[in-house]
Amino acid sequence: MSSAAPAEVQAAAEDQDSIAAILRARWTAIRSGDVGSLPVIIGIIAIGLFFNSKSSIFFSAVNFQNLIQQMAGVTVIAIGVVFVLLIGEIDLSIGFVSGLAGVAVAYFQEAGTGHQYPGLIALALAILTGAVIGLIQGSVIAFIGVPSFVVTLAGLLVCQGLILQILGTQGVIGIQDKQINDIANYVLTKNTGWIVAIVFLVILAAADFGSYFSRLRAGLPTGNLLLTAVRVVFFGGLAFAAVYVCNQAKPRPGVPLVGLIFVFLVVLGAYVASRTTFGRHVYAVGGNAEAARRAGINVKLIRILVFMISGAMAAMGGVILASRLNGIDLTAGGSTLLLDSISAAVIGGVSLFGGRGRVTGALFGGLIIGMVANGIDLVGYSDAIKLISTGFILLAAVTLDTVLRRRQAAAGR
Amino acid sequence: MQALRSVDFEVRDGEVMALVGDNGAGKSTLIKCVAGIYSIDDGQIFFEGEPVTIHGPKDAAKLGIEVVYQDLALCDNLDVVQNMYLGRETHDPLFRLREAPMEQKTAETLKSLSVTTIRSVRQPVATLSGGQRQSVAVARAVLWNNRVVFLDEPTAALGVAQTRQVLDLVKRLADQGLAVVLVSHNLVDVFEVATRITVLRLGRNVAVYEKDKTNQQEVVEAITFGAPAPEEVVA
Repeated sequence: MSSAAPAEVQAAAEDQDSIAAILRARWTAIRSGDVGSLPVIIGIIAIGLFFNSKSSIFFSAVNFQNLIQQMAGVTVIAIGVVFVLLIGEIDLSIGFVSGLAGVAVAYFQEAGTGHQYPGLIALALAILTGAVIGLIQGSVIAFIGVPSFVVTLAGLLVCQGLILQILGTQGVIGIQDKQINDIANYVLTKNTGWIVAIVFLVILAAADFGSYFSRLRAGLPTGNLLLTAVRVVFFGGLAFAAVYVCNQAKPRPGVPLVGLIFVFLVVLGAYVASRTTFGRHVYAVGGNAEAARRAGINVKLIRILVFMISGAMAAMGGVILASRLNGIDLTAGGSTLLLDSISAAVIGGVSLFGGRGRVTGALFGGLIIGMVANGIDLVGYSDAIKLISTGFILLAAVTLDTVLRRRQAAAGR
Repeated sequence: MQALRSVDFEVRDGEVMALVGDNGAGKSTLIKCVAGIYSIDDGQIFFEGEPVTIHGPKDAAKLGIEVVYQDLALCDNLDVVQNMYLGRETHDPLFRLREAPMEQKTAETLKSLSVTTIRSVRQPVATLSGGQRQSVAVARAVLWNNRVVFLDEPTAALGVAQTRQVLDLVKRLADQGLAVVLVSHNLVDVFEVATRITVLRLGRNVAVYEKDKTNQQEVVEAITFGAPAPEEVVA
């Protein structure tokens, strides 16, 4: 508020930013169905406590390291899924696109062939493969209007076929390139880990306080400074705690590089979705595509770009998975990878109906999927239990989304 | 399919021109042609005396023609500011959104139109009432310094008090010097705010009346049967 503003307006603005008022507003929002990340955080705590009671090493440093490496592939693929779900579409090809990208990265580093390239070039080619597949699928969806379900189902089959074709009778390509193998297996030194945590904290603080003070200067409601600080300290603290725990792990102490990679991609994706015009248009297309078109947004272009993001993220996830196994075989991209990735996005609070959800949901959802898989392996339950429990968690997440959506619609009238 | 044939239609600065007609008379089609949603096969659009071509919503927006649609064309999942700036977001050279100026301008615009019932411009549009949603859609037209605003059935889904709000808003638009075209079925509303009234029937325009020199009876007859006789019509 400028100093010229009437006293009662100023008082109202201050009142709006007090902690009590913010908590009250939050509570009203929760009751009207806007629960944010609350269910998924409760879920993470509950699952953590459950496995902790069943296995003494679930909360150990080395298992935390393991968990980071296990969840990386699915989490990265899920980032792309979030974008696709935000525009109200679906991409069923991601599983085998990631498999194909794994094949591509292995193929382009294969020693003693005419197509051996340095690791990072092979990585770039693999991601390009995914993006091009996304471009083709997105174009068919956007220009011809074929439902994405069918187009990407066809893409799924084609990619699976290509994997079989390329691997052929050999059936497997090993990855010897150090750079590629490091993607999933390298562990940062202890001090590098601390530096990463410090950089993370600085960026977080700059973003949060920067936004606070720019709103203050513009005379807009700012939220509460204390709560902003608490938020920065909390998430910064989480980063330091994660580094600390990883640095205790034996025999290879330190933060896995792949953890840094997926956190970076999640932050990048979240930034693109919430702070750029492109991201705003993605939400608009998912909320009301016709309104977006009438507002002059190039809806077709947005759809195509989103499918390219999905393809590229699936490819990155595929490279991570191939790197972790130091090679690729005929099972690449198969099994439950597709459904795990979509589940991760949905469990992370992204609506299947389009327009609602956050990219950080991929991280939370990937963590839950990873925790369940990791915990069940540790306790020694069978794969059957793993599938059944993941299924129920997914059902719970979608049911919650549907109920909340209805509740929000009701609150509006 | 031919929806409109030899239609002449005009609107001047600072007036509310009502566009009335039965279902299927071509009111919405006419609007969509001017807004660039449909392309026209034949004919000419003049803007400030100059012939112009409109190939898409962007062309119309550039000229300062804004349409507030019957089905609102708001994104429910976005908040008021985001909807006001939809497709025209303020951003820096790196396409980063500049939220603060957008939020400020939104609040100012709503205030200038005396829209005071919206608690926060950061509320999702889904949580607003029908009248508030309509106000947001109308305010969007004002925000962009538009010259011509088409309102397609702005009160169709509203209760009495909310209709009141929106009609007041329509008058304020014309008072601010905009040319306003009001499409409506409701002749009571039309006679309350319109300066002139154009009647469409079966894809042709039948008559243009000065509001003060006609009555509902005459307009209803024109809607239903066409104009009685050319000399009675004030063109």
